Amino acid sequence: MADQAVATGVALPERRLASYLKSNIREYGMLLSLVAIMAFFQIVTDGTLFKPLNLTNLVLQNSYIVIMALGMLLVIVSGHIDLSVGSVAGFIGALAAVLIVRFELNFVLAMAICLLTGAAIGAAQGYFVAFFRIPAFIVTLAGMLVFKGLALAILQGQSIGPFPQSFQLLSSGFIPDQFNGTDLRLTSLFLGIIAAVALMVMDFRLRRNQFEHGMDEEPYSLFIIKNLVFAGAIIFLSYLLASYKGLPNVLVIMFVLMLLYDFGTRRTTIGRRIYALGGNEKAARLSGIKTERLTFYTFINMGVLAALAGLVFAARLNTATPKAGLGFELDVIAACFIGGASAAGGVGKVTGAVIGAFVMGVMNNGMSILGIGIDYQQVIKGLVLLAAVFVDVYNKNK
Amino acid sequence: MDAILEMRGIRKTFPGVNALDNVNLAVQPGEIHAVVGENGAGKSTLMKVLSGVYPHGSYSGEIRFQGEERRFHDIGDSERVGIIIIHQELALVPTLSIAENIFLGNEQARRGIIDWAITYRKTRELLAKVGLRESPNTLITHLGVGKQQLVEIAKALSKQVKLLILDEPTASLNESDSDALLALLLELKAHGIASILISHKLREISKVADTITILRDGSTVETLDSRRDDASEDRIIRHMVGRELGDRFPKRERHVGETVFEIRNWNVYHPIHVERQMVKGVNLTVRRGEIVGIAGLMGAGRTELAMSVFGGSYGKRISGQVLLHGRQVDVSTVRKAITAGIAYVTEDRKAFGLVLDDEVKRNISLVNLPRVARRGVINTGREFAVATDYRRQLKIRCADVFQRVVNLSGGNQQKIVLSKWLFSDPEVLILDEPTRGIDVGAKYEIHSIVGALASEGKCILMISSEMPELLGVCDRIYVMNDGAFVGEFTAAEATQEKIMHAIVKAGER
Repeated sequence: MADQAVATGVALPERRLASYLKSNIREYGMLLSLVAIMAFFQIVTDGTLFKPLNLTNLVLQNSYIVIMALGMLLVIVSGHIDLSVGSVAGFIGALAAVLIVRFELNFVLAMAICLLTGAAIGAAQGYFVAFFRIPAFIVTLAGMLVFKGLALAILQGQSIGPFPQSFQLLSSGFIPDQFNGTDLRLTSLFLGIIAAVALMVMDFRLRRNQFEHGMDEEPYSLFIIKNLVFAGAIIFLSYLLASYKGLPNVLVIMFVLMLLYDFGTRRTTIGRRIYALGGNEKAARLSGIKTERLTFYTFINMGVLAALAGLVFAARLNTATPKAGLGFELDVIAACFIGGASAAGGVGKVTGAVIGAFVMGVMNNGMSILGIGIDYQQVIKGLVLLAAVFVDVYNKNK
Repeated sequence: MDAILEMRGIRKTFPGVNALDNVNLAVQPGEIHAVVGENGAGKSTLMKVLSGVYPHGSYSGEIRFQGEERRFHDIGDSERVGIIIIHQELALVPTLSIAENIFLGNEQARRGIIDWAITYRKTRELLAKVGLRESPNTLITHLGVGKQQLVEIAKALSKQVKLLILDEPTASLNESDSDALLALLLELKAHGIASILISHKLREISKVADTITILRDGSTVETLDSRRDDASEDRIIRHMVGRELGDRFPKRERHVGETVFEIRNWNVYHPIHVERQMVKGVNLTVRRGEIVGIAGLMGAGRTELAMSVFGGSYGKRISGQVLLHGRQVDVSTVRKAITAGIAYVTEDRKAFGLVLDDEVKRNISLVNLPRVARRGVINTGREFAVATDYRRQLKIRCADVFQRVVNLSGGNQQKIVLSKWLFSDPEVLILDEPTRGIDVGAKYEIHSIVGALASEGKCILMISSEMPELLGVCDRIYVMNDGAFVGEFTAAEATQEKIMHAIVKAGER
């Protein structure tokens, strides 16, 4: 019987490829759906979707959702939820406006204060969830009301703006070009190429290390194809963006954060422990993991990212309004679930959440170009969320 | 007189296990019929067959009740004819009142609107019958376990019970509550209600039972009529445990060294009912290379002892000392206990031992991630190599270490839990029911692994409800009952009879 088990471990290459694809169908399926949705809108909008101007807009419009989805994913994986992120983002935007516009504080200092405030908000909510075991749904529902109200209060019901140029650059700025390229921003293109190559090198080194330990999970052909496709996609996108105004600053921030969180969840001990906590809290605790403290940390992290998203959004609108952040939490949570996170905790990937955010973003953008009203846009988005989760559950039960 | 209940030739198998094999049980009208047997003898399974939890068709054999053959498909079917079972874990909703619980699912209602006047009147009548003086409005959560038990019986009476089944009804009751319950059973008997009493407490059985059926390894051994036959405790115990120990356990060389692990005067209280003491002044020692067993019935406090030692994972007001190599160690958190060199392999691997949806390798590395990581970054290659190594050593049968553990058999899951704790490199391994729910072949393998670990010089503390396992594997056995150690035997002197006697005698004190 043992021999038999060993034998299946070194099955034929084709069989291996098939079984690997089968066990990772979720991730590849998600990516294929995103590509399909993009292709669909590219065709029905007569090529508007991938026009450099539109692509830039798409990135800017989605940046704050993606940033918050990174934190939300950790919260969901740990088995909780955060409903307050939209309100917190709005509140931090308002705080930034008060500090920068009204008190004329230096914008770097103001941003630091805002991020710390976000951390404090996350800590306060996480404290009740982690140490008092009050359901996160309730704690963050309360937080949602509190910070929506506080945003209104410190803005005194009015919009505050505009921000100084330097702060606006956070969202509307682009990577400055060193080569005076007129048609093509070469710096941006080079940055894209460097990022693509660096990622590929890192992936190859990881694979070599795994191979030295006898680990050979992903079939080589797939590994090569995957790397080439990713590198190609990054270079292609940076080429498109470079032909407009170059890489938006916020895209760089988003990309770096994405890599950081992807690495953090896949490769670090703290990331691994969050998955164990969400997968089986009792087993995690009996394995010596400080489950309460870990939950607390995921909420602090969420608070900081919500604050950052709030800053990005305020900088993009160039004013802080009492309505900023309204309903963001729904898009963020939907992005995580479309991306394959499980509401029960323990399951979900950073790449999935980012793809989920872009699925929502591309649909928003594409449907707006097509002139579909906001009413039916919501209906369609809701059905897509339900369908994505249905497919997950269906596949799991099968 | 015809029997009210007859079960003939009942057979029930689970994958790989014969849970029941040719069980026969006949209950006469208006008698109290005791069913006794060791843990795992098949009592609970038999009652689940009878009450329809295991529906007709999932077992073979025949059930006749009141002279007719019955085919129950769920609990509702058996309740409709008047067979009502009261489980050890009571099935009451704590946040509802006595009256609401008694008529739950059977509401005194017209067109969906509950008639509270009738509900309360009937509840008062029922409570009077079972001798419980409480308002029908009282919430269950405000009642002690003894009174809750009475509410369960009142609920059974409300359903026109003809045969009442009680599964270990007195396990969590104190003496006066137990006596009241037994008196109630005798009173019900006077009213013509037959009951089946499942119990470990032979003293109670000899007090109230008219007939005693003994189960062993899923078969009926014999049925005694306490009015005619010799139903002495000795005879019952002998029949409960009577079986030969063959070569079912691997041989090993025993090299027992100096005392390494010691627990002194250990006391633990219940986490919610803080006045209830779960572990009472326990002292124990384990020497290098020694396998020490803890025998006892379910609820004796063995798991509570182990988990409280392991980082205070159970209980409140924990006091006592834990020593390693004669030096006191801090075991106040799980992390500290692990660092000190203690590992606890849980009795419930699915709930407490594994992240079921996760891969084999990630389950194995979880306790000691820093060992495969540098500055917080996991070396996935090394993690893979470690997991693959354990897979080979412990012969874990899985396609590869990327497989999710939820799909593996119980024996293989148990090996993964063992691997996980071996990876933490412990000096003391506490194994709680290490072979529960796994098949015979895997049991032998687990026993071999445990033996090998002892030979390497590890200290093993093994909790098991299977006495043959303790006798076959351990060098020394402590007997625990009601939170305290009530006996200690070396491997040479221990027998199942002696252990059972220690437990029974302690229960009578």
